[in-house]
Order: sequence, then C-alpha cells, then structure tokens
Amino acid sequence: MLQMVLRRIGMMILIMLVVALLLFLINEGDPRLIARSVLGPYAQAEQLDAWIAKNGYDRSLFIRYFEWIGRVLTGDLGQSIIYKRPVSEIFWSRLGNTGILAGVTFVIMVIVALVLGVLAGMREGSLLDRTISVFSIATTSVPEYASAVILAGLFVFHLQWLPGTSSMTSGFDPVQLILPVLVLTLYGFGYIARMTRASMAEVMTTHYIRTAILKGLPYKRIIMKHALRNALIAPFTVIMLQINWLLSGVVVTEFAFGYKGFGALLLEAALRRDIFVIEACGIAAVFVAVLTQTVGDLGYTYLNPRIRFK
Amino acid sequence: MADQNDAPVLEISDLRLSYYTRMGEVPAVMDFSLTIAKGESVGLVGESGCGKSTVANGIMRYMGNNGGIVGGTIKFKGRDMAEMSEEEVRQLRGKDIAMIYQEPMASLNPSMTIGNQLMEVPIEHESISEQEAHDRVFEMLEAVHIPDPKRLMDSFPHQISGGQQQRVVIAMALLSKPALLLLDEPTTALDVTVEAGIVELIAELSREAGTSLLYISHNLGLMLEVCDRISVMYSGEVVEEGHIDSIFEWPKHPYTHGLFGCIPLPHADKNARPLVAIPGQLPLPHERPTGCYFGPRCGFFEAGRCDGNSIPITEVDTDDDPAHRVRCLRWNEIDHEAALPEADTRPPIEIGETVLEVADMKKYYEVSDNSLAAMISGATAKEVKANESISFRAAEGETVAIVGESGCGKSTFAKVLMGLEQATEGEVRLSGTDIGGIAVRERTPEQLASLQMVFQNPNDTLNPSLSVGAQIGRVIKRFGIESDPGKIQQRVFELLDTVKLPREFARRKPRQLSGGQKQRIGIARAFAGNPKTVIADEPISALDVSVAAAVTELLMDIQRENRTTLLFISHDLSAVRYLADRVVVMYLGQIMERGQTDEVFSPPYHPYTEALLSAVPIADPQVQKRRIVLEGNLPSPLDPPKGCPFSTRCPRRIGAICDDEVPPLQIAADRHVIACHISMDELREVEPVISLSKPETTAA
Repeated sequence: MLQMVLRRIGMMILIMLVVALLLFLINEGDPRLIARSVLGPYAQAEQLDAWIAKNGYDRSLFIRYFEWIGRVLTGDLGQSIIYKRPVSEIFWSRLGNTGILAGVTFVIMVIVALVLGVLAGMREGSLLDRTISVFSIATTSVPEYASAVILAGLFVFHLQWLPGTSSMTSGFDPVQLILPVLVLTLYGFGYIARMTRASMAEVMTTHYIRTAILKGLPYKRIIMKHALRNALIAPFTVIMLQINWLLSGVVVTEFAFGYKGFGALLLEAALRRDIFVIEACGIAAVFVAVLTQTVGDLGYTYLNPRIRFK
Repeated sequence: MADQNDAPVLEISDLRLSYYTRMGEVPAVMDFSLTIAKGESVGLVGESGCGKSTVANGIMRYMGNNGGIVGGTIKFKGRDMAEMSEEEVRQLRGKDIAMIYQEPMASLNPSMTIGNQLMEVPIEHESISEQEAHDRVFEMLEAVHIPDPKRLMDSFPHQISGGQQQRVVIAMALLSKPALLLLDEPTTALDVTVEAGIVELIAELSREAGTSLLYISHNLGLMLEVCDRISVMYSGEVVEEGHIDSIFEWPKHPYTHGLFGCIPLPHADKNARPLVAIPGQLPLPHERPTGCYFGPRCGFFEAGRCDGNSIPITEVDTDDDPAHRVRCLRWNEIDHEAALPEADTRPPIEIGETVLEVADMKKYYEVSDNSLAAMISGATAKEVKANESISFRAAEGETVAIVGESGCGKSTFAKVLMGLEQATEGEVRLSGTDIGGIAVRERTPEQLASLQMVFQNPNDTLNPSLSVGAQIGRVIKRFGIESDPGKIQQRVFELLDTVKLPREFARRKPRQLSGGQKQRIGIARAFAGNPKTVIADEPISALDVSVAAAVTELLMDIQRENRTTLLFISHDLSAVRYLADRVVVMYLGQIMERGQTDEVFSPPYHPYTEALLSAVPIADPQVQKRRIVLEGNLPSPLDPPKGCPFSTRCPRRIGAICDDEVPPLQIAADRHVIACHISMDELREVEPVISLSKPETTAA
C-alpha cells in the first residue's frame, strides 16, 4: 500500500514537470513574443533585443525552464503585465476566493447528489426514482448562464431576497455566496446523482444483496452496510473530476455574479496575454487536476478491496 | 414458541407463483405441493427454466419486484407464512430458514471482510455481543473445516478459493442453526473433488443439528447421494415425486425416463449405449400446450387424450413407496423396458494414423513479483510451470480426454495447441509439423483450419451483432475453403444441416438462439474448415442435461463422419468415460496417468485418478462407490511441491520420497502410464472405486 502511494506521488511529480514544460514552451518559447507583450506593440526591434538581453532571455531554453521551475517552487510567480504587480499578490487571493466557492459548492453538491442518487437507486423504477431522475436531468441540461439569469431574476429582482452581485467589495459576505453556489450545485449535482443512482440500482440486483436480504438483515442495514460502499465506487471517480471543474470550469458563474475568482482571473489573463498570470494559473489548474486524480485513485483502491489486495 | 413439535418443518400446498411481464402474468410454478419433515432431505430436480429456483424464492418470500405468490399456502412449522408480518418473515430468514447459493463468489459482499459478513447473522438475530459472535463464527468456520479461521475472517471474498467461499456460505447458513436449509445448486460451480467434500460436510452438519434440507439441482447423480425423496419438475409442475430409490429404480413419467437416458453412466459407452436426448425444447411459460406440458416432446403422446384437460397427479400403487406419484395419464400403460431402442448401437470408429503428437511439451509463465522485498533482492520474476513434460499421441478418429480440476493446466495446454501461447520447450506435432512454437497469427490458413476449438460457454463465444450465417461464412472464407459467395452460402447451409439446425437460422442473431443451439453453431464454426483435430473445452458443462446429451451425440456423429481427432477437455468423468477412447489425467500441470479409457477407469489407478473417480456422483442406485475425500486445496502453481505434485493431498502417500522425488513413469500396460512412487504390484491390488452391485450382462 505504502509502495503504491509513493509510486503514485512519483508519477504525479513527473506529470507536473512534463505539463509545466509544455506550458513553458507555449508561453516563453519565443523570447521576442515575451518582450513584445511586456513592452507593448510599439516597441522597436532594438528595444526588444535590449530587454531580452537584460532579462537573460537569450540563454538556452533548458536553463530558463529549470530557473523558472525553481522560482515557482519558491513562490516567485513573476510580474503581472496588466496589473504591474507581482503575480503572487493577485493570484493567491483569487485562488482563495474560488477555493471558498468551490469548497462550499462541493460539499453541498456531493451530499445532495449522493442522498438523492441512493434514494433513487434503492428502489429502481419507483415514483421517487423517476422524480429524482427527471429532476436531475432537467437541472443538468440547463446551462449555468441560463440558470444564473433565471435565479437572479427570481431572487434578486422579483423577490428581492438576495444581492445580485458577489464581488465582496465590503469584505466577505456569506449571503453573496448563495446564488453562485446554487447555480453551480444545480448544474453539477445531476452527473453525480445519476451515476450514483445507476451504480446503486446495479448493486441492488447483485447476489450479495440477495444474500444480505435472505440473511434476515433489516433493510436499513442492508443499504448502509452492504449496498452503499459498493455503490460509491463508481461515482467516486466522477466526484473527483468535479473538483477539477469547480476550480477552472466555473468562469461563467464567476462572471455572471462578478465574483473575483480564479476562473475570471485566468480568462482575463488569457484575453490580454498576461503571460506570467497564465503560467501561474495553468500550473495551479494542472496541480489540482493531477492531485484529485491521485487522491481519486488511492480512494478508489481503498473502497474496492479487490484492487487493494491482489 | 408456538411450534407444534409434530408439525412438519415445511408444508407447501397448491402453491402458485407468477411473474408479471409485458406479456401479462406468467405462471412460473403451478400447484406445487411438498412436505418436508424434520431432518429430512428432499430434492427438486429439473432443467433450467422449470421453476425450481422460483420455489426456493417463494419459500423465502423473496419474489422480487415482478413476482408474486398467487395462490396456495406455505406453512413453516405449522404457521402460515402468508399471515406473518414483514418483520416476522425477516426474523425467519437467515435464522430458521437459510439458503446456500450457486455462485459463492457472487453471493458474498466483495467489500466486506468475511468475518463481518458472518458475524452480522448472530448479532442481528440473537442480539449477542460482538465478542460472542466472533467466537461463534470462529467455531463454525472450524466446523466447516477451514484451516486458519482467524486469517480467513480478516480476508475479503476474492482472496480465497471457490471451495472455501462455498464453505463460508455454508457456515453463514448454519450459524443460527436453521430448521430448514435451501440449497440452490450448491456445488454446480465447483470442482468434483471439492464438490464431494462440500456434500459430505453439509450432510454431516445437518445430521448433527437435525436440519431439513431442500436440494435444488439438475444433477441426478448428486441427488441420489444426498436426498431421501425427490420431486421432478417440468415447466412449472411436479411431474413425478417419490422416494429416491423408487424414482431411480422405476421412473414412471416419460420425462424422468428421458432425463435418465441423457446421462452417461460409468458402465455404458458411446458405442454400446448411445445417449438418447429428449427431442424438442422446454416450452416457454406463455407457450405451454394444453393438457400435458411434456406432450409435444413425449414419445408416448396420444392425441385426444394427452392434450385434453390438465393432467392431475396420481398415486402409483407400489408397495415399496406409497409416496410415489406421477403426473401422466398413461404411466401404467407404458412399458419403458420394451420401449428401449435396442438396436441403436454403433460400430466403433476405426482408429487411424497418429495425427497429433505431443512430446515433452513444457509451458512456463513468468510472473513478475512487484513487492518491495522482491525488488530489493532482485528476484522480480517467478516461474509458473503451467505445463510440465506433457507427452501423448492422438490418432485419426480418436477421442482423447484431458481431465483434471481447475488449475491443472488443461486450458493452458489448449492455448499452446491453438497457438495463443507458445510452448517453452518440447514439440507439438500436427500431421508431422511442429506447431508448438508457431503463434496463431503466423499459422497458415491450412494449419488454422485443421485445428479448431469448441468453447465452453456458447453465450460468450458468438459475436452478438453478426448473424449466425455471417459468422460461419467468414470462417469459410478466411480458411480459403470457398471464395464465391454463393458457394459459401451453400457450405453454411450444409454445416447447419450437419449440426441439425434449420437453414433459416443462418439469418438469425445469436440472441435469438437457445444455449444448446448456440453451442451447435459453435460446433458448426469449428468444423467449417474440415479440421483434422478439434479441441472441445468443456463443451457441454454449461448446458442442461437433455441439451448436453443432444450436443454430445451430435459431436460424436460429426466426428464419426469426418474421422476427426477430438481432444475433449473436461472435469466431468462420466462424460469422459462415455465418449473418450483414451484419457489423460492432469494435476498441477503434469500428467499423472494416461491410457485407454478402460485401463484408466479400473485398477491399477494413480491415487489421484482414484480420488477423482470417487468424487463423481453417479445417477445409478446399482453403482457402489468407495468414498475418498481429498483434504486441503490445490497447491499454488507458484510454489508446487518439490516431488510428486499430488503428494500434499495424496491419501496413499508412502513417505518422504513422495515429497522429495519426482515420481517415475511406470508402465502398467502398453501406453498406460502412471506417474507414482507406489509399486505397480501394489497399485494393481487396489479395489475398484466403482462397482456394480448387480452385475450387468453388457460387455464393456
């Protein structure tokens, strides 16, 4: 087991280095392009050359790559071209904001999805099952921008219960989180719920559940002890993938509510070629993706003893 | 508490069970009555689809979402189960009525330790403490002869062998000392030697506790060994019931008779007494005929009489068995003895020249060992000797059976022959060419065509999205037999004729066929290229008794016509005895004994052959058997015994020589070879395992 964990972590580092190299090649492969985006479109060729020489961009790619890796590891993410400030000053607060939004959404979404999925799958074909299935398909089919508009229309303009923006200008305000979380949960929970339902329904038809019933166990114990753990193996992977989406896929929602998050930062940077911000965001996104995959695989092995012990 | 002690444990009367489908209500079981007294063992026999498992589910009141009990009563210890509440039924399940299932692996929760799965039974039913439950489970695991119960309790189901899994399921069923035990094909998925041990174990434990047993199986031989009474079911009805002896000695119903005609018996062979399959198929529940359900398949059908009103079950007035009853109008008119098709014997096939010769063939696998310890020591590869020095010959028209328990290397051997694996050493000569080292992709179309295979599970071996005709036609084209589409079509039709299927089946998809029909297609496919040699890997073990008989006979007929060499891989010794000319007995990758079938099946035996023979249930009350139950499990092929592979389980082990030295090949007769340390003279003195109590006049 320990060996497997170590192997997975080794693998993770390797993947990070490879992806970082790609990111680096795309963004800093051509020094003239960097100089151009730093100095602006009107800079002369001599100015570009001087800038390249001054900042050491005339050295080999290889050396620059490892230098850059070293800087990233020590927390120096470079200078933002747009904000004219160190990237780390903007980056961490934005990442933190998204972390809060993603974390709250994740917890609510997973709980709702698992409970509904299990309830639906427990008695396949029942009224409850059909209700939950239709509801989850419906909410998943509505894109975030549409549900954001609909919910804002209802709660902000019609009922006037909630604020319409979540920019947190006067400090952190939990009320401002409600709408973004609701939009994300509605959109995201359907996948997990449907996966859980299918998995649960399948488990309920297995012979070992029959064994448990014919052992004379109470229904609750059959569900909690016998069905649940086996039913969670399949949706677990999907749940892990959702973390990824919650970090970098929520741009639309962040924009819709003016939330100062990570997705919004990445989009702005990409649109305005803010190279060092793009790099920092890219590294962060890849890191989270690789980390969730690794945790997912390890958790999967824990849930499924057939993989754990060969 | 309110039990009347004299009431039978189970009393079922006029039970009707139905399933609700899109076609409406489908009766699965009709007018089923059965009484089981305390300590009695009753069998329920029939082919798949006859409703026997449904009866067990009905008793458990576990009919699923689409099934229901439509009529009749089930009384457990005198109490009508229909009047019990859900909660009361739940209390009965697992405590008073327990069940043992067909597939032990699927019946155990893969993500719970075995200890926890067992302990929850007494904890739930008797509200005892965890420690007490732990001790109870420990004792029970010892009672079912599991070595090292402590380690087993912390294991997960996939970590133990199939036989041990079934012992766990038995332990689970017996933990609360039930009054009634339902056994649904409890040994079907197990090896014969394991089966023998399990059967004995169940008998022993239930005798001690006075448990009543309801055995459900299609295996008549097993029934004879374990039951006091049996009921034979056909299409949802009991067609004959009575004491085991009277049913086996004087079966009255044509269907029961038909079933017996389908099983190969150890004193009959393919030429003297060919199997007689029951014609036709079991009717689907919504297509049952009026009158007698067996009518369309019955040789004694009388129009206007058998197809009238439904047939009542009537008593057979024999003095020996007042309980013998039969559902047939003509039971006392039919003379089954006279009806035997006597003239139906066949001349033996003449054996031709040697077609296949295997000389000292070895197949080793390398298994990589990824543990840290192995990485440090550098020994990351281990060798598994799947086949060790295999030698034998097979001639044209000959049937050679390869027998042994699962894991004995018989499938590896088949893979090497087919070219899916390459031999590590030695030669495999097919008509003079060594093909042991030629992979299947490198073989010429002629080589491919001349060596084909019939697989075990017909459901998995046909492509579900291609029509049957297209699948056979493709083989004909690939092997270069024909290239013109019209001629291919013609050849497909001929092959369908050969396997006795209607020509219009060429257009059907595999899902429109029954299991037996699919296996016929598998045979047609294998014979498409006029092969010299066909390997049949357990071709009938997934089929029902009557279907298996028909498929066996078909295979024999085609072989007879084409003078094909047939390698019959099987663990079913009755079938092997019936159809093989020569037998090769394998254990842990090595040949223990080989020779003519008669020689192998009578002394001198290898001790392993002796144990295998003893383990086979035989559906003939005249046959007497010596019981030999093997202890322990098959050793791991990663770490086989140094000397004789069988030494760890051998009941005739003579001493350290067995553990340390590879046994010599002793020649008992021409081409009858036994690998054993025991001297030939001693082996010759061993009593036969199987003997007939009443000698029969038919010459072997």
